[in-house]
Amino acid sequence: MALRAQTGPYFGEFGGRFVPESLVAALDELSEAYTLAKLDPAFGEELAELGRSYTGRPSIITEVPRFAEHAGGARIILKREDLNHTGSHKINNVLGQALLTKRIGKQRVIAETGAGQHGVATATAAALFGLDCTIYMGEVDTERQALNVARMRLLGAEVIAVKTGSRTLKDAINDAMRDWVTNVETTNYIFGTVAGPHPFPEMVRDFQKIIGEEARQQVLDLTGALPTAVAACVGGGSNAIGIFHAFLDDADVALYGYEAGGEGVETPRHAATISKGRPGVLHGARSYLLQDEDGQTIESHSISAGLDYPGVGPEHSWLAALGRATYRAVTDDAAMQALRLLTRTEGIIPAIESAHALAGAIELGNELGGDATILVNLSGRGDKDMDTAARYFGLYDGGEQ
Amino acid sequence: MRNVGPVIARRNEEAAGALIGYLPVGFPTLDESVDAAVALVENGVDVLELGLPYSDPVMDGTVIQAATQQALANGFRLAHGFEAVRRVTERVDAPVLLMTYWNPVVQYGVDRFADDLAAAGGAGLITPDLIPDEAADWIAASERTGLDRVFLAAPTSTDARLRKTIDASRGFVYAVSTMGITGARSDVDRAARTLVARLGEAGSPASCVGVGISTAAQVAEVLEYAEGAIVGSALVKALADGGVDAAGALAAELARGTVRQ
Repeated sequence: MALRAQTGPYFGEFGGRFVPESLVAALDELSEAYTLAKLDPAFGEELAELGRSYTGRPSIITEVPRFAEHAGGARIILKREDLNHTGSHKINNVLGQALLTKRIGKQRVIAETGAGQHGVATATAAALFGLDCTIYMGEVDTERQALNVARMRLLGAEVIAVKTGSRTLKDAINDAMRDWVTNVETTNYIFGTVAGPHPFPEMVRDFQKIIGEEARQQVLDLTGALPTAVAACVGGGSNAIGIFHAFLDDADVALYGYEAGGEGVETPRHAATISKGRPGVLHGARSYLLQDEDGQTIESHSISAGLDYPGVGPEHSWLAALGRATYRAVTDDAAMQALRLLTRTEGIIPAIESAHALAGAIELGNELGGDATILVNLSGRGDKDMDTAARYFGLYDGGEQ
Repeated sequence: MRNVGPVIARRNEEAAGALIGYLPVGFPTLDESVDAAVALVENGVDVLELGLPYSDPVMDGTVIQAATQQALANGFRLAHGFEAVRRVTERVDAPVLLMTYWNPVVQYGVDRFADDLAAAGGAGLITPDLIPDEAADWIAASERTGLDRVFLAAPTSTDARLRKTIDASRGFVYAVSTMGITGARSDVDRAARTLVARLGEAGSPASCVGVGISTAAQVAEVLEYAEGAIVGSALVKALADGGVDAAGALAAELARGTVRQ
C-alpha cells in the first residue's frame, strides 16, 4: 500500500484512542463528520476558497542562495508558510476544523497552544465564524509569548494560563482535555497538531498536507526535479507531516524531521522525543514519548515554545520505525544562529521553531553537497520571537542579557 | 483473590449498597496514605480504590491533581503502589483496586504489573484512560490472573458501547455521574440515574457511581439506584486538611448513607 494512503486510527503500532470513555462519543462524532465532509465536494471547495481568499494560498516558495552558501552550496528552497494569514501553517488546520465545528453544530471551541500560533489561529477562526473560544496556554508560555496572548485576547478569545505541571504545552493539553470532558456536549476541541487520539492525527495531517502538495509542484516547476531532501521542524509534528506527506511515496526524496535538542540531547534539557524517547501512551495516542522508567512524562525543554513538547504525532513514530523519515536534534543555539543567519542573508525572520529546520538544512547541505536541493518548511514567521531573540543576541539597549 | 464483586453483592443484601473510597498512594506520605486507607475501611468503606500518581492526569480535578503532584514531588515510584496494596491488605479485609492511567502499566509491562498486583493482594484495576477497544493486553492478563477490570461508562456512551463496557468489565462498571472530571460537587447529577438505569437494561450486574459525591445524603441518594457510591475528592480534601483522623471521620459520616432506609 502507498504510504500516503495510510489512515488512522493506527499507523503501524502507533496511534489509537487512549482516552476517557466520556470523550469517545465526541471523537466518534468528529470522525463521522470528517468522513462525511471528505466525501462532500462543497466542504473541500469551501476550505479551498478560504485558503485562497483568507489565508493567502498557495503560499510561495523562495530560493535562498545567500543563505545556501553556508550549507555546502546545496540549493535551498523555502516553503513560505510564514506568509499565511496569522503567520504560520497553523491556520490551514484551524480553518478545516472550524468548518467541521459549524457542521457539527457546536458554538464553542477550545484549543491548546504552545508558542501561541495555534491559539492565535483558533481565535482568528472563532472571530471569523462567530464562535466562543477558550485557549489553554502554559503559564511559562504566556510569559515568553506575551504578544500572542494579547493577539488572542484582542481577537475575543479567553486565554487561560495553565499553572499545573511544567506549565507548558503538555499541561495546556491536559487542561483542554479536562475542559472537553466537562463540556463535550457544547464544545469542540480544535487540536493543533498531528498527535492526540484518532481522528486528530489523520485529520490534522489532511488539513496540512496541502503544504507539501503545493511545494512538490512548485519545486518541480522551478528546478525540473523533485528535491533531494525535505526538512521540517518537529514538535507535535503538524508542519512536518504537512510538507512530508506529498513526498512519502517518492522513495528518492529523503525526509528529515528536526526535533528540539534544547541544551543538548546528552543533557536532560531537550525535547527530542523520537531521538531520545521510547514508545508509550500520552494524550490519547501511543507514540514516542519522553518518559522515565515508571512511565511518568519527563518535562521537555526548548527555547522554542512550539517545540517544547515531550510527545510527537503517531505518524512520525511510524515513519521513524519504517525508516522512511529520519529524525535528528538541533540545539537551541544552532537554531538561534540559523535564525540570525537567514535574517541577515535573506531578510526573512523565521520563527524559532522553523529555525530548527533551517539549522538542520545547513547541516544536511554540508553532508549532501552542492548537487542537492533541500526544501525547507518555513512554518512560521519570527515576529512573536523578537523578545527572545533580542535577549539572546543582546539587541536591547544595555547589551547582552 | 479478594475480588470486589462478592463484596458489592453482599453489601447490597445487608445494606443499601457499597461505599467505595479513593485515596492516592503517597499523599501526603506513603505511610500516611496507608494509614488513611486503613482508617477508611475501619470507618465503613467497603472497597478501596488507591490511585497511582501520574504526571498527566486528565480525568482528575484540582484537589486530586494537587495531591498526586505532591506525591510525585515526594518521590512516588510505582513500586510504592504495590507496597501500599500489600500493607493495606495485611491490615484490613476490604478488596483494594488500583486506579491508574495506562502508560505506567504499559511501561512496567502489562503482565508483570498484573502478576505483581495479584502477588501484593490487590483486587484489580480501574483504568480511566483505557477503553475496552484498546485493552486486549489487559483483558488477557486479568483473565490469566483473576484480577478485576473496572472500565468507565459515561452519559454520552451509546447503548452498544455500554454493552461492550459491561462485557469487558469484571467487578463493577464505573458510571461517571456528571459529564466531567473528578471533583466534589454540591449535588449529584441526575444524569447518573439515567446512566445506571441504561446500564441495568444492558445487563450490568453492578454499577457504581463516581465523580461528584461528598455527603452521606448523596451516598444514600446514589444507593437508591446504584450498587455502589464512589467518593474521591472529598476524602482527599479531608486528608489534606485534617489528616488521617479527618479522613476516617468523613468515611464514618459517608457510611451512614449506606444504611438501608
